[in-house]
Amino acid sequence: MTTATMDAPAAEAPAGIVRHRRLVAPIALGAIGLLSLIVFGFGTQGGLETTFAIARPTDFVDIPDFAVPSQATAIILSLVALGLAGLSFWFAWAHRPVPLWLYSAFALAVIFAMLTWVGAGKGSTSMQITGLLIGSVFLAVPLVFGALAGTLCERSGIINIAIEGQLLAGAFLAAVVAGGVASASGSRALGAYMGLIAAPIAGALVGAALALFAVKYWVNQIVVGVVLNVLVVGVTNFLFGTLLKENPDLNQAIGLPRLPIPLLHQIPIIGPVLFNSNMVVYLMYIIVIVMNIMLFKSRWGLRVRAVGEHPRAADTVGIKVNRTRVRNTILGGAIAGLGGAFFTVANGLAFGKEMTGGKGFIALAAMILGRWSPKGALAAGLLFGFADALREQFGIVGSSIPSQFLAMLPYLATIFAVAGLVGHVRPPAAEGIPYKK
Amino acid sequence: MSDQTATATDEKRDGRGLLREIAESQTAVVVFAIIASMILGSLLIIAASEDVREAATYFFSRPSDTFSAMWHAVSSAYIAMFQGAIYNPNGGTFAAQIRPFMQTLTVATPLLFAGLGLGIGFRAGLFNIGAQGQIIMGATLGGYVGFAWDLPVGLHLLLAVLGCALGGAIWGFIPGILKATTGAHEVIVTIMLNYIALNLLSWLLTLEAFQRPGSDNPQSPQVADTAEYPLVLGDQFPLHLGFVLALLCAWGAWWLMERSTLGFQFRAVGANPSAARTAGMNVKRAIVLVMVIAGALAGLAGSAQVLGTEKSLTSGIAASFGFDAITVALLGRSRPLGIVLAAILFGGLRAAGPALQVQAQLPVDIVLVIQSLIVLFIAAPPLVRFLFRLPAPTHEKEVAA
Repeated sequence: MTTATMDAPAAEAPAGIVRHRRLVAPIALGAIGLLSLIVFGFGTQGGLETTFAIARPTDFVDIPDFAVPSQATAIILSLVALGLAGLSFWFAWAHRPVPLWLYSAFALAVIFAMLTWVGAGKGSTSMQITGLLIGSVFLAVPLVFGALAGTLCERSGIINIAIEGQLLAGAFLAAVVAGGVASASGSRALGAYMGLIAAPIAGALVGAALALFAVKYWVNQIVVGVVLNVLVVGVTNFLFGTLLKENPDLNQAIGLPRLPIPLLHQIPIIGPVLFNSNMVVYLMYIIVIVMNIMLFKSRWGLRVRAVGEHPRAADTVGIKVNRTRVRNTILGGAIAGLGGAFFTVANGLAFGKEMTGGKGFIALAAMILGRWSPKGALAAGLLFGFADALREQFGIVGSSIPSQFLAMLPYLATIFAVAGLVGHVRPPAAEGIPYKK
Repeated sequence: MSDQTATATDEKRDGRGLLREIAESQTAVVVFAIIASMILGSLLIIAASEDVREAATYFFSRPSDTFSAMWHAVSSAYIAMFQGAIYNPNGGTFAAQIRPFMQTLTVATPLLFAGLGLGIGFRAGLFNIGAQGQIIMGATLGGYVGFAWDLPVGLHLLLAVLGCALGGAIWGFIPGILKATTGAHEVIVTIMLNYIALNLLSWLLTLEAFQRPGSDNPQSPQVADTAEYPLVLGDQFPLHLGFVLALLCAWGAWWLMERSTLGFQFRAVGANPSAARTAGMNVKRAIVLVMVIAGALAGLAGSAQVLGTEKSLTSGIAASFGFDAITVALLGRSRPLGIVLAAILFGGLRAAGPALQVQAQLPVDIVLVIQSLIVLFIAAPPLVRFLFRLPAPTHEKEVAA
């Protein structure tokens, strides 16, 4: 069908079986490259300069800001992008898979062309490259946690629409516990870490409710998810307006301390981006790695995936289908809850009404775009985080691209993905179907 | 299971059949689900009440104080809800006394419209989470017709209402056509479209054409008088023509689903798409049509907002009606009459908000808690039967969605 011919010529194209030339992706790249040349290249006035800044105060070596002629740079970068698009066309024409580096290089060229265009003639306000990357990683944190939670649940066959509610519950309990412990013990750092421990418990409770209704009572999982989201919003708003208003101690702005890794954090660019974060961010990397290994290399992971793809077959070989689903849903909820800690203790903010603001649904999108794998969840989360960081940076520099359009990007990307326009996404076969013996 | 069936039929022969039938019925589940939710809501109110906590500090010397504080906290909340949603005995005139109920019906209007659309979708097996976006797009297009065009009385309202329906229908068509042609799951697409619609509206509100003159807020000009829904019971009540239109739509939805060939196709597609295809029905066309109709109805919910109560566009025009409508459709079991009743119930809960805040000093959000608990309980009849020791029915009907 359409999906077969429109499938992106990604690495997984089975050699020798399908002899269609999959040219949609190269043509799309070409169109984007051309657009970049017209808008960013020729759209920039001549004689202007764009300043890029890389250095952070903590770096080993001081890299000075550098300025480039805007129009020439944007045109050259766009031409590079067009060249890469041509190369991908050649790969596709020769029935060879288009390598991943080509896509990455293409994206970099277009993004830098755009940055050059936005920063043209802005004089003193330079484009903060390192700041942009730090922002991307940081804003990606709740998305990655949420997408990991979704992956864990859906791989076992339970649709988790309640990620938003789990994030919110985690954010709430983290703030309350952090505030309570900090005012009782007087140590803010201790409070923050206790909040970090409490957050997954709140998420797990929401996950347990989802598991109860989905597994025991066979209620439509989407219904439960949607309703649980409303329930968590209601409960947290209600307690915010009563309990937290009367006891302001319970809702203070308490932040996790930064944990710079010695020496490594002083490397330019990489250091501040990767090695100078707080506990939540490091935990994110650890969970991604552990989950990726566990899900695809361990016996447990094989069983989980069997339950999500073909529960009857899994049951036949003695795997407890419903027990696996309940455990995964609760564990998934806990991971999303931990991600919720991002909004309060990881950010150093007090709890606010509905402060997750739809991030749970972007996480759902990241899960789909990441094709139900932890690695993919990280990549998609970072991509969406980058779009968010770009929006903030453009807001500072002042750009003619309305910020709302950048905000739409993750959602649009997801629709294209599920519609099969950029590669085929296939969810676990048994998701959403209660297992009735 | 078979044992229970046997005892149930035995007891029916005993002449206690009627009582048993009532206890087994869906209505009993709905009633007890509402009771269970109110009890849980009470627990939350008690837990958050400062008076109760104070009285609990000397619980062992005078336990009656704690209980009376609990009773006071809960009863004041529910009395405020009743007075805010149905009947206010302190109103003075009769009009002021029944004004709360009129307010309830007004708030129920968008819920009713959107709930009807979602209900049709559920029965056709389509899980449309996108009412929120469809309301926004409907309100945007209809609102634009309302404030930007200059037309005679009657025609203007008609075109503005049609604009709302069209805006919602377009936003319903997208997931419909994607589902029909590429198999893209409508849940994901509609969730994403909700956020795209919200961003689109907030971008539009930054444009000159949508900007209210002399205002810095992202707010559109006021909808022209000629495009507003007229008030149906005079100036003393907020109830507008939209409510009447919503009731007509409820009748229309009933006719469509129960009496028309098209509705039969929709239900057939929902029950078993493969069988419907084998029987020669055009499943793809049915999917697109269902989504367009659902979108149009959600768009009309936007009209109740922009042409009825709010009268101008803001980014919060849809409030949370799109998500609340899902609970309305679920509570109403996707049947038009059920949806009318559910919309009035949830409209009442929402309308009670201000009274709750003023009289009982409680945040309105307790309403969200009760509302979502009701739906959770109703979705799981075995849980309600277990909690209240109701007998299991002799035959369980399959619940749509």
